[in-house]
Amino acid sequence: MHASVRQAVPVNITPPAPTSASRETPAPAELRMSISKVNFWYGSKQTLFDVSLGFATNKVTALIGPSGCGKSTLLRTLNRMHETIRNARLEGEILLDGNNILAQDVTQLRRRVGMVFQRPNPFPKSIFENVAYGLRINGSKLPIAEAVEKSLRHAALWDEVKDQLHKSAYELSGGQQQRLCIARALAVEPEVLLLDEPCSALDPISTAKIEELLVQLKDLCTIVTVTHNMQQAARISDFTAFLLIGQLIEFSPTPHLFTTPSDPRTEAYITGRFG
Amino acid sequence: MSGRLRWRKFVSGFMLAMTGVCALVTVSVLFFVLGDLVVHGGTSINWNFFTKLPAPVGETGGGMANAIVGSAKLLLLASLIGVPIGFLGGVYLAEFSGSTAAFIVRYAGDLLNGVPSIVIGIFAYAMLVLPFKHFSTIAGSFALGLMMVPIILRSTEEFLNGVPRALREGSMALGASKWKTIQAVVIPAAYRGILTAILLAFARVAGETAPLLFTALGNRYWSHGWNEPTASLPVVIYTYALSPYDDWHRQAWAAGLVLLGLILVINIVARAILSRGISVPRS
Repeated sequence: MHASVRQAVPVNITPPAPTSASRETPAPAELRMSISKVNFWYGSKQTLFDVSLGFATNKVTALIGPSGCGKSTLLRTLNRMHETIRNARLEGEILLDGNNILAQDVTQLRRRVGMVFQRPNPFPKSIFENVAYGLRINGSKLPIAEAVEKSLRHAALWDEVKDQLHKSAYELSGGQQQRLCIARALAVEPEVLLLDEPCSALDPISTAKIEELLVQLKDLCTIVTVTHNMQQAARISDFTAFLLIGQLIEFSPTPHLFTTPSDPRTEAYITGRFG
Repeated sequence: MSGRLRWRKFVSGFMLAMTGVCALVTVSVLFFVLGDLVVHGGTSINWNFFTKLPAPVGETGGGMANAIVGSAKLLLLASLIGVPIGFLGGVYLAEFSGSTAAFIVRYAGDLLNGVPSIVIGIFAYAMLVLPFKHFSTIAGSFALGLMMVPIILRSTEEFLNGVPRALREGSMALGASKWKTIQAVVIPAAYRGILTAILLAFARVAGETAPLLFTALGNRYWSHGWNEPTASLPVVIYTYALSPYDDWHRQAWAAGLVLLGLILVINIVARAILSRGISVPRS
């Protein structure tokens, strides 16, 4: 068995790689974010147990697992969105570029770690104002119109909306709304983009567009995505983490995890025997 | 067709007809009142009504310029008191309060809503008339404003609670503070509902007579500033309708029509403003 693909070992938070020299192996310095020994509770119910994991810079990391395994909870700790929920409690260390995010100003942190949600949630504003929102609240000195165009281009939405920037965001289709939400998150130029099942409310064509987009966005930022869809994880991610009942079971480069899983539970899950 | 099916179709048709009849009764009462008001008021209304002071008893003619201006002043000041308190209180209830504080404020709001308007009038009399030894626009506005508070408070709370959590999260995930989120996303998402509630509260107190009887009192002449007794349309309607003079009865009808028109105009203006914004679609 491969040494680095054991069950969640706190000391080893670097994305593990198989020994074959052909695969890239990011050094610890190439980790944009890392978490170690994270435990999480909703009230008295513990939902994450000693999870340690690293997110490689400019790569896509997918979090997979059955419903209720804690993958969304884990994602939300990365920009401290769990703090908006009452009775939520976190222990452990989460580093962004080597600094503990739990000790930082949360506003600054969320500007650096953006988030896109399960369902498109544009604000009741125009398309333009949706994208400009993050810039305005952060008092950005950038020329807003240029930044909005740039973000919409990055989100592959510019050509579809450039003539209707001042229309309501709700006039867009679901897939366009989700890309608008991605543009909104990109506008403040985050270093990390978190996506919580971004395609679960979308049709297959919109899903394909978003997937294609995520692969392109790797060049701009580090991407962490939660997904229910294993094919999606296999298609778009460089690394995959499999969680089960709050524990990290396996974390490997995506091709490795899907072809030669080292834990029998991972194999059972990806072959569809449960979940 | 079996007997059972025929019976079910009959019950369905009967219940549908009943709901229709009840809806019709409601609407026809409204149209009857409106129609009566327009017919009686419309024939008594003229330019003098808007520009002249009331004529001395016994003389015909004259108008209610002072009551129209008086009502407008009362409602303006009442809104300045009632809208901010009700609105900000509702924001607090929906967004900030812990469970105990929320329970107390909510319960107090509901109680205040149930207090008879005449009691609110007595309260305003004790607070703002007795100590100063004279009736005033301020005292009348205070009573009306107090009546607006609970209506606006509870509606604001409900409409804010109706804003999807996803919108708040979207804003906070961009680094917005809680207040920024409320101000820039949550309130704009709920503002149509809140504005409708403010209009309802406004229309409700615009026709109130009881709280004005011993606060604003009434005045047959112009009321200068905010510190003198003032005439108001509901009180004028009340006094004129009870009088023995036919001419006063006609003027009371006209005053009713003007009051209705005032509320209607404000409603239309507010709806025009409402229709321009972007609202959250219902999912």
